[in-house]
Amino acid sequence: MTEPTPDDRKDAMSETAAEQPAEAKRGPEVATRERRQGALSPSGETPYLVVEDLTVKFPTADGVVSAVNGLSYSVPLGRTLAIVGESGSGKSVSSMAVMGLHDPRRSKITGSIRLGGDELVGMPEADLMKVRGDAVSMVFQDPQSSLHPLYTVGKQIAEAYLVHHKVSKEVAKKRTLEMLDLVGIPNPARRFNQYPHEFSGGMRQRAMIAMGLVNDPKLVIADEPTTALDVTVQAQILDLLNNLQKEFGSAIVLITHDLGVVAEMADDVLVMYAGRCVEYGTAEDVLANPRMPYTWGLLESIPTVSAANERLRPIKGLPPSLLNLPSGCSFNPRCPYKDRVKGERCTTDLPELLPVDGAGLHTSRCHLPDKASIYETEVLPRLG
Amino acid sequence: MLYFLGRRIISALSVVFVTLVATFALFFVAPTDPAGAICGARNCPPDRLAEIRAGLGLDEPKVKQFTSYLEGLVAGRTYVNGGVERDCAAPCLGYSFKNDRPVLDMLKERLPVTISLVAGAAVIMLTVGVTIGSMAAKRRGTAGDRALVTSTLIVSSIPYYIVALMISLYLTIFYPILPRGQWTSPFDSPGKWIAGFVTPWLVLGLVNTTQYVRYSRGSMVESLSEDYIRTARAKGLSDRVVTYKHALRTALIPVITIFGLDVAGMLAGAIFTERIFDLPGLGQLVLQSLVNYDLPVIMGTVLISSIFLVAANLVVDIVYSLIDPRVRLS
Repeated sequence: MTEPTPDDRKDAMSETAAEQPAEAKRGPEVATRERRQGALSPSGETPYLVVEDLTVKFPTADGVVSAVNGLSYSVPLGRTLAIVGESGSGKSVSSMAVMGLHDPRRSKITGSIRLGGDELVGMPEADLMKVRGDAVSMVFQDPQSSLHPLYTVGKQIAEAYLVHHKVSKEVAKKRTLEMLDLVGIPNPARRFNQYPHEFSGGMRQRAMIAMGLVNDPKLVIADEPTTALDVTVQAQILDLLNNLQKEFGSAIVLITHDLGVVAEMADDVLVMYAGRCVEYGTAEDVLANPRMPYTWGLLESIPTVSAANERLRPIKGLPPSLLNLPSGCSFNPRCPYKDRVKGERCTTDLPELLPVDGAGLHTSRCHLPDKASIYETEVLPRLG
Repeated sequence: MLYFLGRRIISALSVVFVTLVATFALFFVAPTDPAGAICGARNCPPDRLAEIRAGLGLDEPKVKQFTSYLEGLVAGRTYVNGGVERDCAAPCLGYSFKNDRPVLDMLKERLPVTISLVAGAAVIMLTVGVTIGSMAAKRRGTAGDRALVTSTLIVSSIPYYIVALMISLYLTIFYPILPRGQWTSPFDSPGKWIAGFVTPWLVLGLVNTTQYVRYSRGSMVESLSEDYIRTARAKGLSDRVVTYKHALRTALIPVITIFGLDVAGMLAGAIFTERIFDLPGLGQLVLQSLVNYDLPVIMGTVLISSIFLVAANLVVDIVYSLIDPRVRLS
């Protein structure tokens, strides 16, 4: 691992201290560069969720699976952070950690997850239960399998409300009907008593969202909320999430592999690869000026209508095994640009997450010296 | 629902009918000689043997015998024996070859014993089995879980009659820690009824529990890994509610199927338990009737067993539809 130069260190420190007084007040504790970066969202606003140096490991019979390695990010209220990556990049695992949903006997979580100032890592289960579903809620990928098949939709939503509110069943039902109406489910009174199998896919996801928002959470984690849905329904669900965010002002962490969804929804984007953040910045920065070959690969692999007759351009190779990560940059076995880095740095040194323009909050993890010009002259023309 | 029930009852009746035909046919295929058994194997004069045969109706053609039996079942029949006429009202199950008593009365007498035995054991095996199985599923992979699964396997590998016999011998006779098995009607003395059944309940119930621990553990492991369990936990529900409300409800579905059939099978004759603990239930009756070539009693017990079995299937299906809204009875 290469250490940042003392100059870099000073730059970043003065910058964070200026923009984030609360962080500076935390005293003289020596924070790594990544931790400071994580504490500040790319917009510079005070974050509600702060994830610092999060590591999630699963001991298995074959060895330790390092699903998330030193991940840091933050999300202020009212903003949407999209976490993008392939399957197995650690995006879902890291969000499950925020929800405290990993079995402590089967996983090892280190680092810090702070929600409105409260540390969630190491919080006793009894306290975590009060946070789950109340301050943070989660909308899952496949509403077909994520709703209990044997309970009515209304009962499941009301249950979520009743866990966190000491109210009568009638009050919970009233609240549920309100939520069903709010998420655009017609005839809530009838739908309340129906079972998930009587709902269409889009309606089920609306019901999931109603369940996720019934307690007015400050943070909503949406784990690929549109993946299991028809394209036309996808747009409706995204609109719904957008509108509800405006109404409730909650922070959203949107997990997706669909860059189209990112463009539509995200304020900030974090690209994950093999359990690490490889690029992090505002949506505009990351989508318009990406500075990491993996992000380029993701953008290039989007099929375009104008290039209908061309072959798709996938990123060659497969994601690495999390049991045995490649040395150096995890992406190096698949990276088409690694020859342009002098020496063997890509295979020996893990690149630091550094500001792409020397300062600023758009960061990427790559040794390539002239990323900006490579993107402008080589990648951009291919994107069409 | 009515259509469903109607269709199921017709199919159930045909199953019962086929079972009766098969039993009847098997009885005569086997080298059985009820008249000889009654007369005594030695020194039985041929004319006495023929007389007994005629009295039992065994001299008639086989098909005629079977149709008369069915007729008696549906409409009742009149038996003529040595000039004496006896009316046997429907459902007539005939008279025992051995002691000439109406089979229906014999069954009525035995049934409460078997039902008492099975009811108690069934409660134990379902509640204890599912509770332990769920607990093991939650702690799967731990040393406790492995020890439990191994020990249930060991217990189920020992033949049931050895376990039952050893417990009966050692714990009720040599070291009388547990009360001996004994039949008392619960209407006569509830206390004695319970005391007489405690040991057989525990033995039959707990030995069968080992299977239910494994069934429900497997079923729970599967349902605990479902996405909707993650959703339930994400809502902030306690572990207890997630496990015993959300996960258990789906996990119970396959367990109930096996349970329904097991209970029906036990009602048809918990032969070992009744014999070892000296309970005069259906199982003992089956045993005696087989030894005595007592065709009417054999037919009667087979009839009642097959009715239990088809009824259990029907009940399981109805319970299914109550647990799982996706199952429609049509």
